This record gives sequence, C-alpha cells and structure tokens, in this order.
Amino acid sequence: MDKTWNNKAWFMVLPVLLLVAFSAVIPLMTVVNYSVQDTFGNNQFFWAGTEWYQEMLHSERFHTALLRNLLFSFTILAIEVPLGILIALNMPRKGWGVPVCLVLMALPLLIPWNVVGTIWQVFGRVDIGLLGRTLSQLGIHYNYVQNPLHAWITVIVMDVWHWTSLVVLLCYAGLVSIPDAFYQAAKIDGASRWAIFRYIQLPKMNRVLLIAVLLRFMDSFMIYTEPFVVTGGGPGNSTTFLSIDLVKMAVGQFDLGPAAAMSIIYFLIILALSWVFYTVMTSYDAER
Amino acid sequence: MARIELDHIRHAYGPNPKSDADYALKEVHHTWEDGGAYALLGPSGCGKTTLLNIISGLIHPSHGQILFNGQDVTDLSTQERNIAQVFQFPVIYDTMTVYDNLAFPLRNRGVAEADVDRKVRETLEMIDLADWVNKKARGLTADQKQKISLGRGLVRSDVNAILFDEPLTVIDPHMKWILRSQLKELHRRFGFTMVYVTHDQTEALTFAQKVVVMYEGEIVQIGTPSELFERPKHTFVGYFIGSPGMNVVPVEIEGKQARFGGQTVDLPGAPDMPAAKGRMELGIRPEYVRLGREGMPVSIAKVEDIGRHKIVRTQLEGQEIAVILAEDEDVPADPHIVFDTKGINVYADSWRVAWGG
Ligand SMILES: Nc1ncnc2c1ncn2[C@@H]1O[C@H](COP(=O)(O)OP(=O)(O)OP(=O)(O)O)[C@@H](O)[C@H]1O
Ligand SMILES: [Mg+2]
Repeated sequence: MDKTWNNKAWFMVLPVLLLVAFSAVIPLMTVVNYSVQDTFGNNQFFWAGTEWYQEMLHSERFHTALLRNLLFSFTILAIEVPLGILIALNMPRKGWGVPVCLVLMALPLLIPWNVVGTIWQVFGRVDIGLLGRTLSQLGIHYNYVQNPLHAWITVIVMDVWHWTSLVVLLCYAGLVSIPDAFYQAAKIDGASRWAIFRYIQLPKMNRVLLIAVLLRFMDSFMIYTEPFVVTGGGPGNSTTFLSIDLVKMAVGQFDLGPAAAMSIIYFLIILALSWVFYTVMTSYDAER
Repeated sequence: MARIELDHIRHAYGPNPKSDADYALKEVHHTWEDGGAYALLGPSGCGKTTLLNIISGLIHPSHGQILFNGQDVTDLSTQERNIAQVFQFPVIYDTMTVYDNLAFPLRNRGVAEADVDRKVRETLEMIDLADWVNKKARGLTADQKQKISLGRGLVRSDVNAILFDEPLTVIDPHMKWILRSQLKELHRRFGFTMVYVTHDQTEALTFAQKVVVMYEGEIVQIGTPSELFERPKHTFVGYFIGSPGMNVVPVEIEGKQARFGGQTVDLPGAPDMPAAKGRMELGIRPEYVRLGREGMPVSIAKVEDIGRHKIVRTQLEGQEIAVILAEDEDVPADPHIVFDTKGINVYADSWRVAWGG
C-alpha cells in the first residue's frame, strides 16, 4: 500500500510547536541557564558549571524534602486508588442517581487549589473551624499548627478529599464501558462478587487506572498550593514538600543557582518515576 | 436436566407497558420437554434472546411463571437454576488462559480440581482448541473466542438445560458442521434439554427435533421440520422457512375453490371458514408449482440458476409466483403453471385454516 506524503502537515503543527516552545522549552532553558551560573546581583553572572548540581545532590535538606514528598505521594496513592475504585464500583449505572453522583464527584475537582487550602485551613482551626472545634470538644487534642502528625493527617485528608474524585471518575468511565453480556456470562458461570471484580472489572479499568496513578503521582509530587496555604510547610519543616522548599530557596533566599539546579533534578526525578510507573504497569498489562 | 414450562410469560423492557407493542414477548406459553433438542428460529428483534434470558433467570418476566420439573423457579437466581448459556456476543475472560476460561464455571462451583481438569480437556478436545490450552484468551481470533464461549457452556454436565444464542455465527461452514455434530453427540450422551437460537434455517432444521418459530414476540409454530415445510401455520413461517419462501396470493374462497383475478384453483377441501371472514390468502410452496404447457398462463420475469435447480419468477395476474425447476428442465415457450393440490394451504388473516368436511 502506498502512503501519500503531504508535507503541508508540518505547517499545521507549527503553531503547536511555537506554543510549546514558548510555554515549555524556552522557560526550561532559562532555568538550565541559571543552574550553571552564579550571580551576586546586578545582573552579573559567572560560570559555575556543575557546582550547584553537586551541592544539591549532597544536600541534606533536599534529601529530606524528597523523602517527605515520596512518602506523601505514596500515602495518597495508597488511599486514593483503592478508595476511588471502591466508590466507582458502588456508583449507580443508570437512573437519576448517575448525574447526581457525577456532579457530586466533580465538585471538589472544580475548586481552585488555593481555595481548597483555605477551606481546610479554616475547617481545621481549633478556635473557629468546624473540624478543629468538634475534635477538641470531643477531647481530642487536634492541632495542625503545632503537631507535625496532625499537620500531615490534615494535608493527606485534604488531598484525598480533593482528588479521589478524579480516580472515581476515571474508573467509572472504565466500568460503564463493560457490556452487559459480561455480567450475564458471569452470572451463568456462577462467579462470585470478587471474581467479577478480578476478572471482568479490574481488567477493564486497567488502562484508566494507569492514567489515574500517573496523574495523581505527578500531581502530588509537585504539590504546592494546598499544603502551603494550610500549613505553610510547617510546623518546622514537617510539611515542606519539594516545591515548597524550592520556592523558599528561589524566592525567599534568592538562591537562583541552587534553586534552578534543584528544579532540573526535580523535573528529571518526576520524568524518571513516571516512566518507571508507566513501564511497570504496561508491561504487567502486556504479560497478562 | 429438566422439563421447562413457560406459563403465560409476557415481558416488557419498559416500566409501564400499555399496548401489545410495548411487549418484547407478547405471550409465550410453552413446554420444553426434558431432553428435547429445540431450535428457536425467528427474525431479528422477535424476542429470542429475551426468551432465553427469561429461562436462565437473567431477566425476570413482567408476567407469568417458569417451572422446572413442575417447581416454580420464577424468583430463583440464575445460579440456583443451574443453566448453561452461550451468548450471542461471545464473552471471554481476557486475562485468563484458554484453559482457565473453561475451568471458570466449574471452579466457581467448587468442583474438585481433578474433575475440572478432565472436563476441561475433554471440552477443549471437542471444540478443537486442545493445542491452545495455555494461551491467553486475549490474542485469539474471533472464531476461537466464539469456541471458548461455546466451550464454557458445555463443560458442566450437571446443568438443567443448555441455551445457545447463535453460538456459531463467525465459525466457518466446515467447522460449524463439525461442532454441530459434536453438540448432537453431546445431547445423545447426556440428554440435556437444549435450545438453540439461530437465524439460519438449515442450521435449525439439522440440529433440532422440534423447531420453534417466533415472530414479533410470539411463538407462531412449533413442529418438526417437515410440518413447518408442509403446513406452515402462519404465512410468516411460510416465507421464513424454505428458499425461496412460500408464494402467497390474496384470494376469494367459494366452497372448495379459490378465485383470484380470472383464475380458479381447486382446493383439497372446503376450508373451515372463521366466523368473521378476514383477509383470505392461498399459500403454495414453489416446490409444488408445476411449470408446463397447461394450466394458468404466466409470463416469465426472471430465471435464477442456483446450481442444484433453477428458480423461475413468474407473473400470474400481477402476482409474483416463484417456481422451482429441475436443473435439466427448460422453461417452455408458452408457459403455464399448475398448483399441486396437496401443497395448498389457505390462510385467514395470516393464520392457516383447517380443511372442513
Ligand atoms: N435491554 C433491553 N432494553 C430494552 N429493549 C430491549 C432490550 N433488549 C432487547 N430489547 C428489545 O426487545 C425486542 C426483542 O429483542 P431480542 O434481543 O430478544 O431479539 P432477538 O430475537 O434476540 O433478536 P436478534 O436476532 O437480533 O438477536 C427488540 O425489539 C429489542 O429492541
Ligand atoms: Mg438475540
């Protein structure tokens, strides 16, 4: 079969290329530029080579922030994915319940990040917040401002509240695509509830789950606004995730070189981890 | 194994059925005898799948009862009814191997692994997939998937009935023939009650002892293949069975004669006319029309040579009448046709009327 080549197609993608260049490549290059130079203000720059990179890779501060962030990402994945699947499995397939559930599920996703942060910041306050007040009235000494564990719990619950819907909606989309015939066959074959999940529903959700895990991982690994609004990275540095640390360094301390080096390393880590997730999940998929 | 009685079953998919048109099944009152092999034949949308799903318990009928060996099972679940069903749309469990797909219905019922192995291997042999045991079901071709789907319906030997919903649609003709003989063999060995849905009349006529013809949510006739051929109860059965279908001509009945246009045809007897005289029709199969130099003059519209014989489309008084002519016979120069009396049936409002005294 002959393929027809049409080079005009390249002109069609030109606008997109330009857009990507301006929105991604050029900013990234400026960061690369900063990361290999040093400055003492006055717009004077000196060549620094790989110095900042070496400093970053050996920095205790960077290591703890990285570990903290990984712990956070894995925790929310471990909660949001099973919870999301569970909710999606129990959502109605037809009738008036469908739109109601979909709207309820979509609501948290529509709220801007900083508003989510503010909601939880107020919600958890011991003096005026509904949650904080109720808990302390029940005799539980909950205080996310002073207790690192409480701060962590708050940030995690907030993320679960905000993002589980995404997993739910994706899984639900996978579930509704299963033809009725499969459930009928399962009934004839005497399959248990678990067998139906394991051999019919899970395989159909596989693809969307991969997307959900990737999205949630990348997103939580880059989380900034919500914990920043709620805890400001504290108490101490206990909720200072990578991006919060990065902003502190770049804007707070104006250490452009190290901050730029950190951004690049950060970027590469996300890229590498996403690639690992993707490969592991797709190869698992192919093997089955 | 069971005798399955359908007691005045009606079913509508919508919530508030009002007229007959809202019912996917209008009224089915029929008994499937224990160990019978039935073919269920009918056009698309006539309710075949609906009927099977009601028998297996996937659908609860809007009205009526289902009895297995005289026991009411209307409210029992599919699992409790213990029925095997092969679906029109082949269902396979993608992530399992071919072997596990077939073992699934057995394992779910806690059958001992040794028995599972024996049954699965036996069934794989039967559906000709023995070499594929450890292949993942995902990568298989459409006909292999359909065979697996069929196999899952056949592994259990303790079922009350096996329902097949067009199980061989994508299988090539030779394999189809082999599988059909396997099914017959299985039926002989285990004596399951079997219901086999198909669009294909040859398939129905070769598989079954009794053929059930459905039309618009009703069973219009149940009979042996020859009964369906010789005495179609409804003009639909006449059209549907046979190739080409029965010729149907609007007529006036006068005693033992039927008239249409300027022609008069002698009937085998005087039909038992219904009280309210409806639309009368005469039906005759192309096999019973003789083409020759005597009888009613016709013009020839078309001759189709289909190898074994020729189909001649003739025009008689503006009506098309198909005639079957042997391969070596020729169409005469001045064609006339004669209706063989024993092939004539008379219909009032599409339903056959019996011959009176
Ligand atoms: N799930 C459903 N919801 C609503 N109507 C349905 C449903 N399934 C079938 N019907 C309707 O019921 C009627 C009978 O359908 P059914 O599937 O039983 O026909 P069938 O004889 O099996 O046809 P086919 O040969 O095309 O498989 C059709 O008019 C169809 O549109
Ligand atoms: Mg059907």
